[in-house]
Amino acid sequence: MSRTKTIRTDYLARVEGEGGMTVKMRDGAVEDVQLRIYEPPRFFEAFLQGRDFREAPDVTARICGICPVAYQMAACLAMESLAGVEVEGQLRALRRLLYCGEWIESHTLHIFMLHAPDFLGVHSAVELAAIDRPLVETALRLKKLGNDVMRVVGGREVHPINVRVGGWYKAPTRAELDALVPELEWALAASLDATRLVAGFDFPELEQDYLFMALADDDEYPIDRGSHLVTSHGALFPVADFYEHVTEHHVAHSNALQATLDGEPYLVGPLARYALHHERLSPAAHAVAGDVGLEPVVKNPFRSIVVRAVELVHACEEALRLIEHYEQPPEPSLEVLPRAGTGHGASEAPRGVLYHRYRLDDAGTILDAKIVPPTSQNQRMIEDDLRAFVGAHASLPDEELQWRCEQAIRNYDPCISCATHFLDLQVQRL
Amino acid sequence: MSVHKPRLAVYKFSSCDGCQLSLLDCEEELLDVTDAVEIAYFLEASSAVGKGPYDVTLVEGSISTPHDAERIHAIRRASKVLVSIGSCATTGGIQALRNGRSLDAFVSAVYASPEHISALRTSTAIADHVPVDFELNGCPINKTQLLDVVGSLLAGRRPNVQSYAVCVECKRAGIPCVLVSHGTACLGPVTAAGCGALCPLYARGCFGCFGPKEQANVAALEQTPLMSAFREVSFR
Repeated sequence: MSRTKTIRTDYLARVEGEGGMTVKMRDGAVEDVQLRIYEPPRFFEAFLQGRDFREAPDVTARICGICPVAYQMAACLAMESLAGVEVEGQLRALRRLLYCGEWIESHTLHIFMLHAPDFLGVHSAVELAAIDRPLVETALRLKKLGNDVMRVVGGREVHPINVRVGGWYKAPTRAELDALVPELEWALAASLDATRLVAGFDFPELEQDYLFMALADDDEYPIDRGSHLVTSHGALFPVADFYEHVTEHHVAHSNALQATLDGEPYLVGPLARYALHHERLSPAAHAVAGDVGLEPVVKNPFRSIVVRAVELVHACEEALRLIEHYEQPPEPSLEVLPRAGTGHGASEAPRGVLYHRYRLDDAGTILDAKIVPPTSQNQRMIEDDLRAFVGAHASLPDEELQWRCEQAIRNYDPCISCATHFLDLQVQRL
Repeated sequence: MSVHKPRLAVYKFSSCDGCQLSLLDCEEELLDVTDAVEIAYFLEASSAVGKGPYDVTLVEGSISTPHDAERIHAIRRASKVLVSIGSCATTGGIQALRNGRSLDAFVSAVYASPEHISALRTSTAIADHVPVDFELNGCPINKTQLLDVVGSLLAGRRPNVQSYAVCVECKRAGIPCVLVSHGTACLGPVTAAGCGALCPLYARGCFGCFGPKEQANVAALEQTPLMSAFREVSFR
């Protein structure tokens, strides 16, 4: 007779948006894992059709309140690549700076407020504040700095208004950026401390042989753009060939399309960027990664919190470098004229590669739009991690197994708004 | 003796999460807020789930699925005061661009297997489904206004949120009118204030992300010669 059991969590918290998960077990073995995504479909790709190409950055920003800059950048890059315009120099440096602000804000939110409570045995940053108020105050100050960078460069922190195809509506002055420096210097020190802190957490055991994918652009750690995509299997292809390698699947249990890379599940985000580009990290980020004993390829997804902290260091140091070399450009933007054809753009959202493709007519009207967010690319991998984790830890008490499964999902900082609605986790022992 | 702290809940419907993030973005005030109120339900921030009744419930997002059209009624019943926050909750949001168009065409434009998708033909405001005590506009909302609304409701006074147009904020800030002085299309005259005339401050026209102001005269704005030149771009 087979043993049957059901463990159920109605809502998975501390993720951006809401979704669902079912783990079915029979006699201690995992039978099936499904990441269910109920996010009410919003049909962005459909209502972009017929709109002017210059509207895409402001429209697609609304897909995600946590990473609007990622959407704005990918949309701009797609339109500019089609028009044959390259945004370089200080106009581009400002984009990277704005994006550093988003990384600082988003990574801080995830490290301290969404993920750290799992390792410290509390439900929220509010509960954490009751135990260690200075830590939460540090987190809030770091988060505020990320928002300050976004506000100074982009006009506001959620859905910045200063980004346009071709550049900016108004470039900040040197003095406005200089005013950010003292707080960024504090943040660099604080993020180094944070890296050492999270590296000392206890990590559940899990080793996965991941297929990683990230953008690549010359010698930079990829943030705001990339000319190519690289994988840990050694593939290298232009962003425009995205759909020659990535296939999206529509499954019944998810309102987000699931992606595979050359037929295999794959991972995008901090673990992938770090594995493929750690040599390109800023000096302090590279050094602290070594100090805390991070190996060149991190295979335990629970340690993604450490990699995220290393990227936080990188974003602070990179922002300081960009400000140091800043000179206000004479014009805030380049002219981008519409041209008929297909444009591709991609950027590294805090959670991983975000790809946009637009087909325009000669008046610049969008005929067709495709958007592939990082969380839909990671869905299969999240399911794989759960399968492996539950398989190896089936003897854990139900309550702990359930907590660890939720934590395993939070390893990915899943942006379910980019993809989902209710995450309700069920472990069924059949 | 234990002192009863007011209980605050935050619920999400169809949205981007940006407005509830605005609450967490009140970095300097957040710990004071959590000292003053019990955050009873806020999934994005806490895995502790407290049942109603709630003293104040903030609702983000629009109603766009059959399931959500039912869920909002239970939340209303559990809430003494219900505030819809952000343009999705107050107007149906950007996803209301599907209203009046073919849902089937939209579904098949995005999804390979449309039979898996359950969605209403329209995306509508929370107030179209249940009584709402206060609406806070914005895409995203202004976090200072959010703090004022929560504080005011807990203190039992009227929130200090204005109902005039962006133009009023723009004039007060001394920004030259982008419509008149640069000939840039601007929705400021018909859009609710609250952003601080942000886009005109950055030399661009308002694109209406705070939604229409009370009694907005859209027809009059459309007929002004300066705007009619941009009609094809701005109003379609």
